[in-house]
Amino acid sequence: MKAFTDLYWRLDASTKTTDKLAALRDYFATAAPADAACALAVLTGGRQLRAVSTADLRRWAAEAAGLPLWLVEESYAHVGDLAETLALLLPEPNEPSEQASDGHGLADVMRDTVLALRTADEGCKREVVTTTWQRLAARERIVWHKLVTGGLRVGVSRTLVARALADLAGVEPAVMAHRLMGEVASDAASFQRLLEPVTAADDRRPYPFFLASALEPAQLPAVAAALGAVSEWQAEWKWDGMRAQLVCRGDSVTAWSRGEELVNEAFPELVSAAAALPSGTVLDGEILAVERPASGPPRLLGFAAVSKRSGRRRVPRKLLAEIPCVFVAYDLLEDDGEDIRSLPLEERRRRLETIVPRCFASALEGELPHDATLFHSPLVSADAWETLAARRAEARSRGVEGLMLKRLTSGYGVGRTRGDWWKWKIEPLEIDAVLLYAQAGHGRRAGLHSDYTLGVWDGDRLVTIAKAYSGLTDAEIVELDRIVRATTLERHGPVRICEPTVVLQLAFEGVAASARHKSGVALRFPRIVRWRRDKQPAEAGQLADLKRML
Amino acid sequence: MEDLLAVTEAGLYCAAGDFFVDPWRRVPRAVITHAHADHARTGCGRYLCAAAGKPVLRIRMGSNAVIDTVRYGEPTTINGVRVSLHPAGHVLGSAQVRLEHRGQTWVVSGDYKLEADPTCAAFEPVPCHVFVTESTFGLPVYRWPEPAVVAAEINAWWRANRDAGRTSVVLAYALGKAQRIAALVDPEIGPIVGHGAVMKLVEAYRASGVRLPSIDRVPPRARRVGGGRALVIAPPSVLGSPWLKLFGETSVAVCSGWMTVRGVRRRRNVEKGFVVSDHADFPGLVAAIDASRAERVLVTHGFADVLARYLRERGRDAKPLATRFTGEALGESGDDDESTAEYNGGEPPDTQPAPP
Repeated sequence: MKAFTDLYWRLDASTKTTDKLAALRDYFATAAPADAACALAVLTGGRQLRAVSTADLRRWAAEAAGLPLWLVEESYAHVGDLAETLALLLPEPNEPSEQASDGHGLADVMRDTVLALRTADEGCKREVVTTTWQRLAARERIVWHKLVTGGLRVGVSRTLVARALADLAGVEPAVMAHRLMGEVASDAASFQRLLEPVTAADDRRPYPFFLASALEPAQLPAVAAALGAVSEWQAEWKWDGMRAQLVCRGDSVTAWSRGEELVNEAFPELVSAAAALPSGTVLDGEILAVERPASGPPRLLGFAAVSKRSGRRRVPRKLLAEIPCVFVAYDLLEDDGEDIRSLPLEERRRRLETIVPRCFASALEGELPHDATLFHSPLVSADAWETLAARRAEARSRGVEGLMLKRLTSGYGVGRTRGDWWKWKIEPLEIDAVLLYAQAGHGRRAGLHSDYTLGVWDGDRLVTIAKAYSGLTDAEIVELDRIVRATTLERHGPVRICEPTVVLQLAFEGVAASARHKSGVALRFPRIVRWRRDKQPAEAGQLADLKRML
Repeated sequence: MEDLLAVTEAGLYCAAGDFFVDPWRRVPRAVITHAHADHARTGCGRYLCAAAGKPVLRIRMGSNAVIDTVRYGEPTTINGVRVSLHPAGHVLGSAQVRLEHRGQTWVVSGDYKLEADPTCAAFEPVPCHVFVTESTFGLPVYRWPEPAVVAAEINAWWRANRDAGRTSVVLAYALGKAQRIAALVDPEIGPIVGHGAVMKLVEAYRASGVRLPSIDRVPPRARRVGGGRALVIAPPSVLGSPWLKLFGETSVAVCSGWMTVRGVRRRRNVEKGFVVSDHADFPGLVAAIDASRAERVLVTHGFADVLARYLRERGRDAKPLATRFTGEALGESGDDDESTAEYNGGEPPDTQPAPP
């Protein structure tokens, strides 16, 4: 536990990748395999278990510290991190922690407290929690709280962990990234297998997803200048769904989300459709929700609909019927058991169309049997950038997010390497909105009111339309925090209702009807573009403008 | 009975004696708890402060200011109100103001701390009917480590930097914190260097008889200072300024009570945060309030609502009092006496940027 705590704080102390990499290497090189396996599962965001409810922790901590519960809540609102708040509130430990935590490796702690707590009854839980508190120093308590509540997150990406382990194993980072895909088993033996020099042959895991970068600026002369001849590029619609890979090897089919989660249970119709593909096939594509009315062409339902399916471990029949999904393949990564990611896109595309002959364009025109679920993505052809720009302008009416541009000679890379794959998204919609409520943020923004609820005019009153967290600079957040404090009209726990004085320009991707906001509408992906210091609240946008975009 | 003190546009006003305590506007007569900018404003007709605080207040209020003094505990009378000043333990010369009139006793704490601090007189509890207390760190997450523990942390960090050839830079406000840090560290590790704003006050401290280790000035037109061994004490305003370049490779630390919270440490974008505060921590506030034996507690700047509610639940008559004091700022800006953190209304105070 001490070694892992040290790792946690080393990772926390630095923002430099080299420092973090060194900290990870040091830890994995010296940790016992069982501890290392646990640490790996925690660091790579494997599903964490909530062994104790945070409500119980707060209550027991309040009692242990001799404080009323509301004061614990006030403290949490200020500190912005529950694990840290409780660690700061609890009395000093009884025993010197160095001794106590010796011989308690991370794996022991996970077994004896985290796992044991899950099945324990209330009284026993409380006993384990309070005795553990007495054993741990404040810096260990924070980490332990995060472990028992299943909320441990450190600022390291999976890619960084893969690099550290690749160094230790003496393999390529991409090989390690591949080994780390999917569910990483958290026992000593599987950790040791990770570090084996040769790649284990048979596996069902997907390839690391290759990601595109946003094309900026998105205006035409600049795009043409940056990308060169239009004939070197393949254009496709940027579909509004969930990126996924279908992996067919042996007689098994697995579907994987970009978050590297196995989503077979969520999309059974896709898994059964893919069973018809030849073994040794891996497709990269998009899961789309498509409504198929009794008559007329099918209609795209958008990302929100897909996400109602994606989190499920079991999909009820009703939901299957309400939100039918299809898979639109962009790319072929493995052909006849061979990794073809380094072949040029043009060649991979040719093979893709052979393996998945149906084109999604014809599906949208309503010409295909209704039970077809596997397609390849249609290409958007153009002989000039101007033509492509004109097609991109159709994106919103087509229900897509813009265009994807991929260099015809490009291989399928790892992570987000700039240059060959670009998202050419449509310009966002915008509105000026008034700051109405603010709430203190978390992490780096702890104690600062950085989470904003914004509103627009509905006649002579302001109604809320969105919450936004990002888009301002740190200096602006600090300045806004002062304004929030100075213009607070009422406080409801951590939320402050402010006098309307600040106008922020919001960008968003669309408008949907919503019962949660008083306005009856909600914005999709709202984010702050800039602080309109030049505008008064009276000059902010109207609800009627938004309703027209519904 | 009429309250002895009331909040007015210009500050805490004692009508019976016709004077203000720590006014935030220019008034004819001001009793000053201590010389930080949110408590002492220039331009008042007359000032009254503790004798120990006069050299420091003089620097802040200018050579023309009329400053009367009394020794700690020595009473004086202003228009029939008996006034005495008692050590608050915050910075050199800081005082609690005790007012007595027609059988009513009020104490205004100003800023205070209970920890031992070799650079100023220790806090003395003063029994009263009404205690006006600060609450800068009035949340139970704020509990200060022992000064010796923090001193050891700072020394270890300085030593490690020195061994790596890096200059250690401590950001601490120029009045009080800077001198306290100088007195806290082990001067055997290497030379201590003070920023100009710090040195002016170091001299005032020495003139008042406070013993401090040898602190070097940065010579004018110097191009390299400290040789990677020094501990530099400077106000927060130097962060990101060319002045820091004088020291070559540096490691920068902030000393503040807010450094308790990890998110705040990270936001300040410095390598290290040490928990050193000249304010009372939560147990300190509660202990001081208990020691005052006050029947009524008025809570100002900081977590006034929270602390007042906590006190009420413990059976005290307590309520928040809206003032414009700011305490120790959660601090992004570089002023020596901080910008706004939590204040209870009104405008944020004017701040004086530290001279380079």
